[in-house]
Amino acid sequence: MYVAVKGGEAAIDNAHRLLADRRRGDRDVPALGLDQIVEQLALAVDRVMAEGSLYDRELAALAIRQARGDMIEAIFLVRAYRTTLPRFGYARPADTGAMLIERRVSATYKDLPGGQLLGPTFDYTHRLLDPQLAGDAPVAAPATREADTRAMPRVSEILTREGLIEGDGALPDDREPGDITREAPEFPMERDLRLQSLARGDEGFLLALAYSTQRGYARSHPFVGEIRIGELDIELDVPELPFPVPLGRIRVTECQMVNQFQGSAKAPPQFTRGYGLVFGQSERKAMAMALCDRALRAGEFGEDVTAPAQDEEFVIAHADNVQATGFVEHLKLPHYVDFQAELDLVRRMRAEAEAHTATPVKVAGKAAE
Amino acid sequence: MAVIARADGDALRRLWAEAGFEELAELVRGPETGLVMLRGRMGGGGAAFNLGEATVTRATVRLATGEVGHAYALGRDRDKVRIAATVDALWQRPQSRDRVEDRIVAPLRAAGAAADDERRRETAATKVDFFTMVRGED
Amino acid sequence: MEFSTRSIDGGFAEPVIAAQGVFRALMEAMARPGTVHALPPLAAPPAPLTAEAGAVALTLCDHDTPVWLDPELQGSAEIRDWIGFHTGAPFAFTPAEAHFALVSRPGELIALENFAQGSQDYPDRSATIILQLDTLAAGAPLVLEGPGIETRARLAPAPLPRHLATQWRQNNARFPRGVDLVLTAPGAIACLPRTTRIVETEG
Repeated sequence: MYVAVKGGEAAIDNAHRLLADRRRGDRDVPALGLDQIVEQLALAVDRVMAEGSLYDRELAALAIRQARGDMIEAIFLVRAYRTTLPRFGYARPADTGAMLIERRVSATYKDLPGGQLLGPTFDYTHRLLDPQLAGDAPVAAPATREADTRAMPRVSEILTREGLIEGDGALPDDREPGDITREAPEFPMERDLRLQSLARGDEGFLLALAYSTQRGYARSHPFVGEIRIGELDIELDVPELPFPVPLGRIRVTECQMVNQFQGSAKAPPQFTRGYGLVFGQSERKAMAMALCDRALRAGEFGEDVTAPAQDEEFVIAHADNVQATGFVEHLKLPHYVDFQAELDLVRRMRAEAEAHTATPVKVAGKAAE
Repeated sequence: MAVIARADGDALRRLWAEAGFEELAELVRGPETGLVMLRGRMGGGGAAFNLGEATVTRATVRLATGEVGHAYALGRDRDKVRIAATVDALWQRPQSRDRVEDRIVAPLRAAGAAADDERRRETAATKVDFFTMVRGED
Repeated sequence: MEFSTRSIDGGFAEPVIAAQGVFRALMEAMARPGTVHALPPLAAPPAPLTAEAGAVALTLCDHDTPVWLDPELQGSAEIRDWIGFHTGAPFAFTPAEAHFALVSRPGELIALENFAQGSQDYPDRSATIILQLDTLAAGAPLVLEGPGIETRARLAPAPLPRHLATQWRQNNARFPRGVDLVLTAPGAIACLPRTTRIVETEG
């Protein structure tokens, strides 16, 4: 039976009004500007762009403010917004080898063309809270030094020359890259679709899975071949112009994970790879993505699928925090009729159980379990 | 087009106002905002995959003299893109090309190159110079 | 390869208002098969694509909907560019890949069975075929029955695809698969969705 009921309109209106008040907080404290969020909470903005799967700093900042800093709510807002816009096309694949680099490190080679560039990293900080940052103390301008103008090849290209590592990752030439925003995902899934899903997957979920692979659940002996952060030029082919149109630049984080592989019936001993590419500056996410990408390629290498991180459906179907929050949070919406039906069922089962028992069960809380 | 697409909207507006072009451009399409799906490649150079979308704004204008200009840029700055399309149209007209180049494109190109250079120099200062402390035998 | 200005002109002057108006007319025409709905000249595509078929294309086609053009329309670079510029739609290499088909010469149209028919699971993955006709009232009368028609509806479109009555019975038999037709004529549109039966033809 289905019963439609109506009510709570005034309560909902007032709840929204209360939310607006609490969001603004103490009126004596200046309101946050979007430019402040973009400039000073840049990595929060990056995470909302990455998991909202929409590159637009101001929109991500607005979402963070509207969501009172609740990141998953902000990501949800961005995902909802993107559905209102038409699609102009697919950009040409960006070349991470031509990146304007802001950070680039490798854990596999000390000396490599272009060198190790630490960039604006939290690494090597002492993780001691800095009371000075509670105020607005002046900040020194960055140091500068003559830049190396040599090209900075990806570390994977250096390893490839030795022939001990697999290639970049191929799919049939005639395959148009799959798009989870256009076709409902089906399993098994090609690697292009997995990478798209991972790129917008929840950082916490992917981080936990990546960690699980390091702790022995799908052990893959990973090394960071390279992490690079910087800006990429984006180009789009359009009908009205005979050349690809430059759109500007976006910042991304790329992680090349290199994994020792002992060989199998399908492939000789070599280094295999996992790949991570994420909007903004987020190397934790890029690394987690690369570890999960590699773990999910188990079938390709003839490895036994024994761990959660190798289970494609488990990982991909649960990586999206907007889907996850929708299904978990819907539980708080009214289920009055559902619950009445269940209550009725449990009462009947109880009555039947008691009828079958010589000595009726004493009614106690535990009996209901 | 790359120079202008990259340019800061306020910088373009300022240069446009200072250049003092008086031509009116008729809007043929837009300015309108939509999405472009951005793509990466597996392993950096392998098969393409869809990474995520970006907001993009585009406009097409026509000058009274017939030249059609197009502009596309990341983001949602419609005013910037409308000006950029007008600049593109003016650039195609031989009698205004030099002025567009001198007053708008060249300054933006220089500013972009300077910003890139600054970025590279700041990054270069964080380069690790390894030096050997001890070379042991065991 | 110069992009003609004829391909840039002739889009909707007010895209949102115009597309909503055309969509409303299409929806009404599709919901009440056989009824004729006025369509003011909102688009001005290069000939021989008509204002009405052009307006329907601007309303329905986008980057995600491959479009198939009949040989006459396909032969015009201006028309291909116009559709590309204003809708962003890609072109289908075969009719089976198309979500929409634009047909300037219905009398020469290939058989309807060549177009995407959808699948049993996804009957919506079929083609909508937009025909450019001379008239919806002065051709040979068709009598229509089916969902959305209270008793019977009458329409007299011309020119029509060859053996339409037979082809349409076959289309009906494929239900829930099958194609839908949008009939455009100067100033007007009507629709023949796959659920509509042609019960009588004359001439």
